[in-house]
Amino acid sequence: MSARRHLAGLAVVLAALVIVALFLKRSDVYLLTLWAVYLMATMGLNLTAGYAGQMSLGQAAFFGIGAYIAALLLKASWPFLAVLPVAAIVCFVVGIVVGFPALRVQHHYLAFATLGFNVLAYLAMRNEEAITGGTFGISGIPRPTLFGVDLGGHLAYWYWTLGSLVVLGGLLWWLLRSPWGRAFTALRDNPIRAESLGINITAYTLLAFAIGAACAGIAGVYYASLVEFIEPGPFHFSTSLMMLLAVIVGGSGRFYGPALGTAIVILLPEFLRGSSVPWLKFMQVWYLAFFGIAVIVLMIWLPGGLLSLRERLDRKGGPQ
Amino acid sequence: MADRIIEFDKVVAGYSPSLTILNELTLDARAGEITLLIGPNGAGKSTVLKTLFGFLVPRSGEVRFEGRRINGRTPRELLGDGLAYVPQGRNLFPALTVRHNLELGGITLPRGELPGRMEEVLQRFPRIRERLDNQASTMSGGEQKQLEVGRALLLRPRVLLIDEPSIGLSPILVRDVMTLLRNLADGGTTVLMVEQNVRTALKYSNRALVLEMGRLALDRPASELLGDPNLNRLFLGGGAAQAAPAPA
Repeated sequence: MSARRHLAGLAVVLAALVIVALFLKRSDVYLLTLWAVYLMATMGLNLTAGYAGQMSLGQAAFFGIGAYIAALLLKASWPFLAVLPVAAIVCFVVGIVVGFPALRVQHHYLAFATLGFNVLAYLAMRNEEAITGGTFGISGIPRPTLFGVDLGGHLAYWYWTLGSLVVLGGLLWWLLRSPWGRAFTALRDNPIRAESLGINITAYTLLAFAIGAACAGIAGVYYASLVEFIEPGPFHFSTSLMMLLAVIVGGSGRFYGPALGTAIVILLPEFLRGSSVPWLKFMQVWYLAFFGIAVIVLMIWLPGGLLSLRERLDRKGGPQ
Repeated sequence: MADRIIEFDKVVAGYSPSLTILNELTLDARAGEITLLIGPNGAGKSTVLKTLFGFLVPRSGEVRFEGRRINGRTPRELLGDGLAYVPQGRNLFPALTVRHNLELGGITLPRGELPGRMEEVLQRFPRIRERLDNQASTMSGGEQKQLEVGRALLLRPRVLLIDEPSIGLSPILVRDVMTLLRNLADGGTTVLMVEQNVRTALKYSNRALVLEMGRLALDRPASELLGDPNLNRLFLGGGAAQAAPAPA
């Protein structure tokens, strides 16, 4: 696809997201905002796992660290724009530390090492009541006012999150198309080959974790401000699994994969559950079972994710 | 005699403390020549290249490049020193385009120098220029090998280490790759090659080093070895004793 067509397509989608929100119920705008927030985290995970090939099941922990930093600092009247870099930097540094096991182990071993980190972070969030409020959590987290504009309303916060998502997506797009981004792909495809070209495997492995973690930390800031109350539940390792599922369902290692995957994982169950279409009424009860079956079928038929559909059809249509 | 640009002096190396592959190996490669490493499977040919390029650290002995000890230097540092390595098998990143594969070869260069170096490589390999915007996975085996070598040449190495360049290629493409390596050597680049396709490789090489059990069993001019009736046995192992002694 040419760059011009790509930009035109993106502009159409963004315009649709801006306009459609005007006609949606408050709860639907909330869901859309939740999609954008999770997308920030899954785009980071796509860099770590999809492009760099470092299997991580700890993304929800970084998401939580960002959220708790936001909760504490925003309640202490820090400006939102000052909280963002703090959360990003803290998660970046923790991401480097969590990335160290990746220098020794790979694949499912690495997945379990990062899962262990998520469990530890979750326990800390639940038990360190003096800081995190334990299972009671932290409430009354404010939404931001930026340059005199109150972003407390559901539509205003949606537009603010969407704009931020575009900026973050733009930065990741630039990174992935730079030589550094291609080095991540080289690292995923074959570390020995990559090293023979002079790619610093240690630095790129740690960077892949750190950048992915920073994205999740940023997402956590937007999450805390969106829900205005946080407790450890949303940062359980099951959320990390859900994030990884979103990356894989959409198309791991494809830039727009997480956007589609996160929509499937966050929006589809809610759409099915809340559907008022007569022939979809049974979904109000069966939506989770349908969702589970749909994911199984998708993974069997399209292991490369939804964005690999065209390649799959091309292969089928081509000479055998 | 040409300068000894690469030297192994009683090098012991392996993949674990209990698995020694190179047993006090002593050998050298001379500047501007193609030195061919041959021997039976498990003799340590590829291990020589990996040790030279820093993937393995010798447990004892000394590896020297242009007279300087390079034991323990990393691949990245060795690239900067003037060594380049093309590992065995397909070495491209199939998800990336030809251009991006080529650019990765210059990832250690300052950004400003990359376009000039790419142009140098593309002048040498016009076929790569034609395919620049294609996925690397769509190239033929011969084109892929050209790209691998071209990518290694981006850093203008003085020594090219190449492991089984003929693997998976048709006889015509093997000849093209060997001619390419011969031209490189004639242009001053030292080539240290591991190759199973011994007869063809000997035709293009200056010297052949036969390894057996991690030791140098024979060091002969390639043209002499090509006519040796014991060649097949040398390649399969155990034939070095019957072959004529190495020249001084």
